[in-house]
Amino acid sequence: MKRLQMMVVSVKEIALDIVEMVLKHQLAASTAKPGQFLHILVDGHTLRRPISIAATDPNQGTVTILFKKLGAGTQQLATCKPETIIDALGPNGNGFSYDSDMGTALLVGGGIGIPPLYNLGKELNKQGIDVKAVLGFQSHDQVFYEDKFREIGEAWIVTNDGSYGYKGMVTDVLDQIGSFDDYFSCGPLPMLQAVTVELSEKRGYISLEERMGCGVGACFACVIPAKTESGYKKICQDGPVFAASEVIL
Amino acid sequence: MTNLTVHLPGLTLKNPIMPASGCFGFGREYGAFYDLSQLGAVIMKAATQEARFGNPTPRVAETTAGMLNAIGLQNPGVEQIIASEVPNLASYDIPVIANIAGSSLEEYVTVAKAFNKTTAIQALELNISCPNVKAGGIQFGTDPELAAMVTKAVKKVSNHPVYVKLSPNVSDIVAMAKAVEQAGADGLSMINTLTGMTIDLGNKQPLLANQTGGLSGPAIKPIAIRMIYEVKQHVSIPIIGMGGIGNAKDVLEFLLAGASAVAIGTANFQNPYICAEIIDALPDILTTYGFTKVTDAIGKGHGA
Repeated sequence: MKRLQMMVVSVKEIALDIVEMVLKHQLAASTAKPGQFLHILVDGHTLRRPISIAATDPNQGTVTILFKKLGAGTQQLATCKPETIIDALGPNGNGFSYDSDMGTALLVGGGIGIPPLYNLGKELNKQGIDVKAVLGFQSHDQVFYEDKFREIGEAWIVTNDGSYGYKGMVTDVLDQIGSFDDYFSCGPLPMLQAVTVELSEKRGYISLEERMGCGVGACFACVIPAKTESGYKKICQDGPVFAASEVIL
Repeated sequence: MTNLTVHLPGLTLKNPIMPASGCFGFGREYGAFYDLSQLGAVIMKAATQEARFGNPTPRVAETTAGMLNAIGLQNPGVEQIIASEVPNLASYDIPVIANIAGSSLEEYVTVAKAFNKTTAIQALELNISCPNVKAGGIQFGTDPELAAMVTKAVKKVSNHPVYVKLSPNVSDIVAMAKAVEQAGADGLSMINTLTGMTIDLGNKQPLLANQTGGLSGPAIKPIAIRMIYEVKQHVSIPIIGMGGIGNAKDVLEFLLAGASAVAIGTANFQNPYICAEIIDALPDILTTYGFTKVTDAIGKGHGA
């Protein structure tokens, strides 16, 4: 992890309040692993914003992030123009680990938890692993990256209000997807709780989010109870990806 | 050449800059960014007798010009800190200050005694001002008699100089400072965070799981300056100043108010290199404002 000066290449709202930002930084583009995040400083704000990496392109030297305009910080970040220099710490945290002998992987994402799964899905594809994805959104206007996920495998889209795809929760369609080996999930905590219960017979990995202070492991703001001697893991430093069996949601 | 050296009870600081307790863990993470030997000293995260998990999450929230935290003194317990963390910090060429906390007078005494076992720390910082724990901590820091009592008890058992970290959540900071000075404190650390709260408009409830948290960052700097300025006029023990310091000019302001050294907290989260950058910038700032030694600036805001 380093302090990076990253140049904004493009900023685009790709769904309701969902912003896709492409950043130029060769080192980050060459070294970031799926599941890692950038800890981004927004001018005038005290705390950095942890934002997961949605894609990397080592040839172009670019890193793509997706974030939701939730509060003042992310709203301001969304106003950055191309060529703006952004101060980020990264790539932070530990990414997804997977067994390269795996035949099929299931990705289960909810809302703004979906971006790191896209990066993982691309990587798994490259390794010759089949990918199936179940993606949950609140409503049709918030759906993003459907086509991109279909490029890397089968995809099921679920909306809470039924305005697009299947109506309900991601867990409502898990019985339709057929067989798979391991699952990888990222999304709101209630979704992760439901997914890990539903798929408790399977080996799974989950990516967690939490309000962070330092983002590097020093402040203990973002801990999660875990089945370890210390009784906890730091999401920023030990995670954000954990084996579903090692943390207590 | 500007002289940055400061001598305090038990501590020879090559410069007056140290990271504040709780904002720097035990140095491992920021030690990956730069050589900690550049620092004046390190103040470790609080130690309690047993390991503590701390409060439920969310534990931090951003506010205007600052942040709220309610970590809840999470730490692996004093014995584990002495076994695993102190040796790592002792490998750097810097004094190490142990911050001690407790839920009872007995716990403070036990933790203070435990640190007698190691010669790798040079001082204690007595945390009687954490606003984020239910039992202990803050009540010792808001009642002058209790503050004096815990200071006296720790002084009696400890081999190390004791700096008492004062809470700003009091109506008479001078009374608190005088009480702990009379009880034998070797120095003061001030200020800790101010109790605050923020409410999430989404679910209309307090955002932090603990409801309240400690406010830190630039928002509290004027309060810290005022309190240090007031206390400096009434006590003769040195003050380590802290509260919203973000650059070398802020450091000079604290020195002028009466601090002999300073600690940097929240700013580390924004910029992991901040302590090192301030150390680099300090000589120029001192020179610009007419000082050739840090010690010449201490208390100069009081005239004469």
